[in-house]
Amino acid sequence: MKATVLVRPKPGILDPQGAAVETALEHLGFAVAGARVGKVIDLEVQAADATEARARVEEMCKRLLANPLIESYDVEIHG
Amino acid sequence: MASPQPRIGVVMYPGSNDDHDALWALAALDAEAVAVWHDEPELPDLDAVVLPGGFSYGDYLRCGAIARFSPATAAVVRFAEAGGLVLGICNGFQILCEAGLLPGILLENETLRFVCRDVGLRVERGDLPFTSRCTEGQRLVIPVKHGDGRWFAPPELVAELETNGQIVLRYTEPVNGSVGEVAGVCNAAGTVMGLMPHPEHAVDPLLGSADGALILASLVESARERVVAAA
Repeated sequence: MKATVLVRPKPGILDPQGAAVETALEHLGFAVAGARVGKVIDLEVQAADATEARARVEEMCKRLLANPLIESYDVEIHG
Repeated sequence: MASPQPRIGVVMYPGSNDDHDALWALAALDAEAVAVWHDEPELPDLDAVVLPGGFSYGDYLRCGAIARFSPATAAVVRFAEAGGLVLGICNGFQILCEAGLLPGILLENETLRFVCRDVGLRVERGDLPFTSRCTEGQRLVIPVKHGDGRWFAPPELVAELETNGQIVLRYTEPVNGSVGEVAGVCNAAGTVMGLMPHPEHAVDPLLGSADGALILASLVESARERVVAAA
């Protein structure tokens, strides 16, 4: 089963990458604010159904893919 | 009787690059320095462990996040939980934070620039196994070289660490955007410490400063005291 994990810096965490991207976009003439840079992790997980797949991937997030001190995550299961 | 030589291990991960400097510095300070391969499920008989600087596993995902799952790291965690002395330098500090042995996390520098220079430090604790050769308030000069050295912890955790005296070293100048200019922290028991500066690069005055030797000699001396106490 295919899954996508989105990992984001939590609100309030200084994100210099996001700030640099925002500045670059402004140099291109775009009016932007609040740019934040996170990570996308696509993977395939062995599971009987979407519920089990989600539980497995959330466990992965807690144990490795995100650090709860600084990052939040969203899990998408594609079936 | 000659004083016993403590055995101090240095864990070598794929991507470690200050492991040999750490081995050299510990040997220069009269320890028996023992290289430990990352794949070893058990540590040899050791009196202290150093996790060296570098870029273990390419700093993939987050610095230290993959090294945390090395068999040797699991052995180091058991060693630390049994009260063993563990010092993490730079990437070693990042690994100890990811492994949950030290509070906080190291993030990319505020400027996004790699910083490589001598920095001033203030010793906040002079009574730890890693700082016994220093005095509280002492100024040290030790080089840093990192892209991800901005120590971060939420305000309530920082307050708790301040109260417990777990902030060991602070930069005396802005370096990377660390909360409270924190350069080094320890666990509640004071037996595990991590720092971003590289004491192993400041052991010989020929290299500009020998202040790093104060940190490492403290560790060697503390490890030696443990050998004597156990004898």
